[in-house]
Amino acid sequence: MMNNQGRPTNTSSVKNVSNIYETFTGSQGLSQAEGLIYEIGDTERTGVDFKEVNDFKSALGGMERTNEIGLAGLTEPEVMRHYTRLSRKNFAIDLGLYPLGSCTMKHNPRLNEKMARLSGLGDIHPLQPISTTQGALDLIDTLAHWLKTMTGMPAVAMSPKAGAHGELCGLMTIRAALEAKGDARSIVLAPESAHGTNPATASLCGYRVKPIPATEDGRVDLEAMKEALGPDVAAIMVTNPNTCGLFEREIIEIADAVHAVGGYFYCDGANFNAIVGKVRPGDLGVDAMHINLHKTFSTPHGGGGPGAGPVVLSEALAPFAPMPYVIAGEENFELIEHDPTGKSFGRMTAFHGQMGMFIRALSYMMSHGADGLAKVAEDSVLNANYVLASLKDIMSASFEGPCMHEALFDDRFLKDTGISTLDFAKAMIDEGYHPMTMYFPLVVHGAMLIEPTESESKQSVDQFIGMMRHLVEKAKAGEIERFTGAPHFAPLKRLDETGAARNPVLRWRANEGEE
Amino acid sequence: MRYLPLSSDDRAKMLKKIGVQDINELFDDVPRHALLKGFLDLPLHMTEMEVEQNFSAFAAKNIAAGSVPFFVGAGAYHHHVPSTVDYQIQRGEFLTAYTPYQPEISQGTLQTLYEFQTQVAQITGMDVANASMYDGSTACGEAALMARRVTKKKKVILSGNLHPQYIEVVKSATKYTDDNIIVNDPMVETTEDLINQIDDDTSCVIVQYPDFFGNIQDYSALAEALHNRKKLLVVVTTEIVALGAIKSPGEIGADIVVGEGQSIGNGLCYGGPYAGLFATRQKYVRQLPGRLCGETTDAEGKRGYVLTLSTREQHIRREKATSNICTNAGLCTLAFTIHMTLLGEKGYRQLAKINHAGAVKLRDKLATINGITVLNSTFFNEFTVRLNKDAAEVVEALVEHDVIAGLPISRLYPKNKELKNDLLIAVTETTSEDDMDILVEELKEVLK
Repeated sequence: MMNNQGRPTNTSSVKNVSNIYETFTGSQGLSQAEGLIYEIGDTERTGVDFKEVNDFKSALGGMERTNEIGLAGLTEPEVMRHYTRLSRKNFAIDLGLYPLGSCTMKHNPRLNEKMARLSGLGDIHPLQPISTTQGALDLIDTLAHWLKTMTGMPAVAMSPKAGAHGELCGLMTIRAALEAKGDARSIVLAPESAHGTNPATASLCGYRVKPIPATEDGRVDLEAMKEALGPDVAAIMVTNPNTCGLFEREIIEIADAVHAVGGYFYCDGANFNAIVGKVRPGDLGVDAMHINLHKTFSTPHGGGGPGAGPVVLSEALAPFAPMPYVIAGEENFELIEHDPTGKSFGRMTAFHGQMGMFIRALSYMMSHGADGLAKVAEDSVLNANYVLASLKDIMSASFEGPCMHEALFDDRFLKDTGISTLDFAKAMIDEGYHPMTMYFPLVVHGAMLIEPTESESKQSVDQFIGMMRHLVEKAKAGEIERFTGAPHFAPLKRLDETGAARNPVLRWRANEGEE
Repeated sequence: MRYLPLSSDDRAKMLKKIGVQDINELFDDVPRHALLKGFLDLPLHMTEMEVEQNFSAFAAKNIAAGSVPFFVGAGAYHHHVPSTVDYQIQRGEFLTAYTPYQPEISQGTLQTLYEFQTQVAQITGMDVANASMYDGSTACGEAALMARRVTKKKKVILSGNLHPQYIEVVKSATKYTDDNIIVNDPMVETTEDLINQIDDDTSCVIVQYPDFFGNIQDYSALAEALHNRKKLLVVVTTEIVALGAIKSPGEIGADIVVGEGQSIGNGLCYGGPYAGLFATRQKYVRQLPGRLCGETTDAEGKRGYVLTLSTREQHIRREKATSNICTNAGLCTLAFTIHMTLLGEKGYRQLAKINHAGAVKLRDKLATINGITVLNSTFFNEFTVRLNKDAAEVVEALVEHDVIAGLPISRLYPKNKELKNDLLIAVTETTSEDDMDILVEELKEVLK
């Protein structure tokens, strides 16, 4: 069973590894078995002490909830143990190199966490009087200044809550600007190598997506793109550096071509880490670009969010941006929550955006400064090229270097071994690593996209390279079981994703627990 | 630079291995004129202490909710979060993990998501919940889009008592999708009005419960009218603590429930990050937006969890996906789950009771003041009062006395003159009786 990225989703390749013997608890030493809160707690237990409430006359209008909800509670020591045990079943940046391409798994400084929790920042309400949140508006304005300076763009919409939300914001801004000229258009161009969010976003904006093929060397095919251009094209969405880890050499020509037909250039800024402090997208003809604060600026990924995706905008697009925005006045900062011009397309979210992420990102930026940010880009590109140079003789690099901050390999080197990209990735787990991004981008077969980030020391990258070379040698030597049975040493063996999708069990239920 | 481990010696050796002389050779693909020659026009790197000084200065220019008598709610609430929650979410294994794409080494995140989905389904009275959305307002926009997928109809009817910023978000989310959004006026509609607006083209009606002005309405009749015509009822709850006291939206007949989860486990943080809750009935599960975590087994038959039904999602379906979303509010949902587990059934209900009791007490105190009319006959922990003066001016006057009295409705409805004197007041377990008495005295003074 394969999904449409060629990624196997069932466990048929995994042979049962016979246990030596089973433990009574299901734990194996420090790898402890842990049930669900519903199995270890009950509706009577609680880990919070409250005062009693004196009798009072309810104002609920007869809508009292009388049936049992079924929530399981635990006392505080039990909660501490339950979640600590669960935490130990996760891989994390704090535990090792996490080379997920396009995800930029860099070190998350704890200073940022401390700043986000300062009294006066972590505990202010989005709708308390604006006169009582001048520091918050100052902070947002300061971050906006950093973002605009780093990108060389004149405006920024701060409120989008994630990268894809930023894309939506950018494309809606573009559509609003085109509609203001009475020319909404109908097509958005996106390269085949684009993140899935690009076409999904364009479609939410009412646009039809026309894919642009890649050239042999992994870039946008400029000629094909020019042929696809016309008066109906609203925008092109290009990730730069792109999802193959390469800088689009003809970026200026791409921008000029789309501008020549009256369209806009949307840049997906997912890979900004490679160029921060080195290149300003504003100098490349970009009209709009979102910035993933959770990638380039180290706000923690937190097991899948929250993110933040402010969008920098050109002068022409700025008037159409969503509410709210901050203005630095003579004496005070103002928060504009209602569009005074009637041009804004609306609002992305209640309130003002991901303040908690703004704090962390600005803390990261200030820590690095202009000098450190350029070093971030350089070291991330250096680490990736070092990986590429050290593995290309033994693995199959998809494109000639140099790459930017991530190195792309495909599965040609596994040909005739009986081992897939997925198997190889799972064997990396046994070696104590999180696998790289697999089966993305779709433009090469069995993709392996490796992004070490600048947070890794040479020692760490050398060890990773050594491990990869070791696995490649074992694969080529025919040690199939090492791969197809992997992971052997994780808390669980390979999981049955096909079965999970065929019969979705999305919550615990009392009767199932008792069966 | 404390975050960058490579030394100059390392860099030199690595460049040599790569076969280039200078780092800028790796940037050869960048158009020559665009490669910056010097540093950006921004400050140079700072020590940890310098950064702290900068942020302390920002913080000092704000008034923290906990430092004064504080009565603002309106979709974000000042609750107490137990210390265990913040400790656990800062464990590196949770904090610094990515989306659980490799389930064998992500069971911590996955199991907590499964617990989260169960908790959300239980409190909303629904069958299933997803692994969260960005926040309540964006979840509300997604609900409108989902209702269209389910019913294949394009007209969305919004209650005028829905949070006005949620209304704006729904309008924006559907701006370019051909949907027809009908928005009612605030504070005037009845359930019958909403029922009368339902027609063949309608996909859903979206109501808030308790509503933006704090009222608790029974929408059962609305649900029945909708279901008779195969339309959906979407119920929005922005104060999720309320569901510890009032009937679940599921009991009323909701088909989709959207909630803001901030109140449980998450600080105010000036509006984000929060956790959007999204729940529905089993039969609509394949139309859900966002991530889902499901139970399965591993190759040896052991129970485990994976992300599932991803064929709905953008990375597989691309332009045909149910949504463009590719993230959830991971860490905020973890905070929600841990706080909810600490509470349990007993604590959640007690927390709700304390909130409601506090609001009743403050309502009783305010009702005696000349110049104040309490507009609600029902409410949970938030209600609206009409003053004899402009509410925004009253709030500003009280700021001078270190009291943050509530939200003047006019901030969100600047053009609606009818609401100019209305003040939305919230009480939580953090509101002391002293806080209430200070508010009462200050209001008496200013409304004289």
